[in-house]
Amino acid sequence: MTDKLHIQTTINGEEVEFLAAPGQSLLAALRDDLGLTGSKEGCNNGNCGACNVILDGALVNACCVLAPEVNGKQLVTIEGVADGANLHPLQQAFLEHAALQCGICTPGFIVAAKALLEAEPNADEDRIRHWLAGNLCRCTGYDKIVRAVLDGADRMRAATAAS
Amino acid sequence: MTAPEKPAYRVIGTRPVRPDGIDKVTGRAVYGADVRLPGMLRGIVLRSPHAHANIRGIDASRALALPGVKAVITGADLVPPGKTLADVPDLASNLMATTKVYYRGQAVAAVAATSEEIARQAARLIEVDYEVLPAVLDVREAMLPAAPILHAGLRTRGGDPNTQTNIIAHHVMAVGDAEAAMAGADIVTVEGEFKTSMVHQGYIEPHASTATWNPDGQITIWTSTQGSFPARQNTSAVLGHPISKIKVIPTEIGGGFGGKIAIYLEPVAALLARKSGKPVKVQMDRADVFEATGPTPGTSIRAKLGATKDGRIVAAIADMAYETGGYPIATPANYATMVAFSCYDIENLKMDGWDVVVNKPRTQDYRAPSSPAAAFAIEQLVDELSEKLGIDPLALRLKNSAREGTRGPMGMPYRRIGHEECVQAALDSDHYRSPLEGANKGRGVASGFWFNVGLRSSVSVTVQPDGTVSLIEGSTDIGGTRASLAMQLAETIGVAYEDVKPTVVDTDSVGYNDVTAGSRVTFGTGMAVVEAGKNLIKEMSGRLAGAWSVPPEEITFNAGTFSAGDKSMTFKQAAEATVGRGPGLTVSGSVNAGFLQGGGFAHHIVDVEVDPETGKVQVLRYTTVQDAGTAVHPAYVEGQMQGGAAQGIGWALNEEYYYDDNGRMANSTYLDYRIPTTLDVPMIDTIIVEVPNPLHPYGVRGVGEPGIVPPLAAIANAVYRATGVRQHQLPMSPRRILETTDAMKA
Ligand code: FES
Ligand code: FES
Repeated sequence: MTDKLHIQTTINGEEVEFLAAPGQSLLAALRDDLGLTGSKEGCNNGNCGACNVILDGALVNACCVLAPEVNGKQLVTIEGVADGANLHPLQQAFLEHAALQCGICTPGFIVAAKALLEAEPNADEDRIRHWLAGNLCRCTGYDKIVRAVLDGADRMRAATAAS
Repeated sequence: MTAPEKPAYRVIGTRPVRPDGIDKVTGRAVYGADVRLPGMLRGIVLRSPHAHANIRGIDASRALALPGVKAVITGADLVPPGKTLADVPDLASNLMATTKVYYRGQAVAAVAATSEEIARQAARLIEVDYEVLPAVLDVREAMLPAAPILHAGLRTRGGDPNTQTNIIAHHVMAVGDAEAAMAGADIVTVEGEFKTSMVHQGYIEPHASTATWNPDGQITIWTSTQGSFPARQNTSAVLGHPISKIKVIPTEIGGGFGGKIAIYLEPVAALLARKSGKPVKVQMDRADVFEATGPTPGTSIRAKLGATKDGRIVAAIADMAYETGGYPIATPANYATMVAFSCYDIENLKMDGWDVVVNKPRTQDYRAPSSPAAAFAIEQLVDELSEKLGIDPLALRLKNSAREGTRGPMGMPYRRIGHEECVQAALDSDHYRSPLEGANKGRGVASGFWFNVGLRSSVSVTVQPDGTVSLIEGSTDIGGTRASLAMQLAETIGVAYEDVKPTVVDTDSVGYNDVTAGSRVTFGTGMAVVEAGKNLIKEMSGRLAGAWSVPPEEITFNAGTFSAGDKSMTFKQAAEATVGRGPGLTVSGSVNAGFLQGGGFAHHIVDVEVDPETGKVQVLRYTTVQDAGTAVHPAYVEGQMQGGAAQGIGWALNEEYYYDDNGRMANSTYLDYRIPTTLDVPMIDTIIVEVPNPLHPYGVRGVGEPGIVPPLAAIANAVYRATGVRQHQLPMSPRRILETTDAMKA
């Protein structure tokens, strides 16, 4: 048996400790060991974005990050996007625009869009389409997803202006 | 030809948030791979590296010796006790090969271990002794007498009993005399040969199943499936185990499009669970999904149309060969002969369909199965005809359109259908009326058809004491059908959408439901829901009759209110009065909505730009028009239309199974099997046409499938307008565009 590493990290604002095999992916650690199955596996090789998480502010594919790499870092997963009982404006927009059909890609899209809009609140359709090109959706044809992200951006800007 | 006026609905036609939405935007929804049971093992399937080989032997001893390995199974474990190999259906041998593999990726053994990593290591230690055989990968080559034979015992149905062959069936369909009509003096003809490649449904969620097998023989399976009841039935068949001892619990399902109708992992997980005595989860990786599930056939279609000079199509001939993959089970060419000319009213037809085995994965349905490839051929020929005759392509389609009374795909006359309305709406659209300007650009149009399959559905409805209702259904929800069914119930019983709570349950908890496929849930299960709603009103009327001391037949129900004489109550008040104080009330609704019922039509318009340097085709503008009968939840109708169009765009431009000469798929990743991204598709405009379906109480038509049919031909027609070159083979990848357009230049 390989020696496991002791990892300390912050996930969705909570301090978390776990043991990880050196070669284990962050996605496997989240899903299999930490019970955070909101991050999905669509390809396990960086081509679908279903596993998107935010690591120290940067959008990454959890399947392409080794679990030990998150030691001492801050991680946000789909489970941490809503503020307690309040949905994030992007989540609300996805619901109202019917931007999900099967929903398997949805966590990845929401996490990816959040990462974009927090850095670039005024991203336009073109920018959004480029940013989300690493997230595959087979159901929607992207139309309603892009509209939901544009609307989510409006809502996020309105919330910022109000605070 | 304008759509009839629609009755005023209260709930139908609105756009509420779906009941399962919050779970899906927060990551809480449990999909196939998210299932976790205490003490659960992980299973891994070992797959054939060869496209065609005999299995001489399998030695799993080294795998079993690895610490942490709890069970190994091979195809022999799929032979039920007391049976022999000959009794094992093809269905089982496709799940795990016994003596022969027919495609690369076919399962040959599986391991359960305490971790996925150990299971993987163990799988590598299993030694399989293969005798490699020559493989055949092209459908027309496989039809030749000299082709390598896959199944020694296969004979063409109704054919020569002494001749070995790869041809499963030859379907012949003839109406009138097409050859004679084609030879008529003033007949203008067009013809061509068209090929499409094997493509995959491409759902983002890989297959995953988890099973327990208790000592009393009770099996429980959590699985991502389009049909929990058929999954139970098929698992029962391959395990030789009674359905009463199998419970299938459907998880949320991350896309299917036809690819999650068949079972793959369910019996494997169950057998590993029995051998190990522990719960076992087995999931596929992306390469497994591409190589070992059920993509849709590659095809070769030769077709010819004949029309009078004024544009009446009088004859059509098609010879259509469809691959079925490694097993002689599917009959896609049969569907092709039904749907190929389904948009038109043509007096003389002759069709030959060939189902042929090749050394590729056993094919499955993919959204409007068989229809897109046929439309790729036929709708290009219609386009060519319109050019030859100097008639607008939409006007030509209108002139020849199928309508109520036209002979339909099953030989019976169509009931009320909406193809003409779709074409007319396209003609009237802003898109079609806006000129397309600039070099290397072109506009294409095409029509498409698919059935609503109908089939069997059951639901039950329980009235809660507070007047809300629980809708218990067994149709797995892939794209928002909890919402579309709850809306139909709310409409029927006169309550708010929010007062209906739909739940998808397991196979022990509701009556039989066929698969979520064939555009049937909102249509067919919707009929069961409406029936349950009516039964509920009847039951409650009976109870109110007692309370009000009036005969039940004096109670009327209208717009959500029960009344008799001067007494009246809303549904909610009546529920509180009866169920709130009396015994509980559950009713059911069950229907058999028939097979291949009704018709759904679509028409698409697309503008493309072809880069003459790189050969890349960019979709500039896209409009999809579709007859939804009655759009229950218009946002999800639009979603189906847009999703179908996007899949069609991928099929047209990029997607293909790329094989080397040994039958090894060379592009089994999303990087190399490139499905459309946000950059490959524009916003997709939708025009919903509503010609109510006479078969459904609210006029609903299934909308899932027709949208994938037109894009292949519509884009090919657009590329033709942009380049002057007809495209006879998919995908129209940059390489193929350069090859074909350079060939023209040369
Ligand atoms: S699972 Fe990580 S990118 Fe697909
Ligand atoms: S909603 Fe199904 S993959 Fe995006």
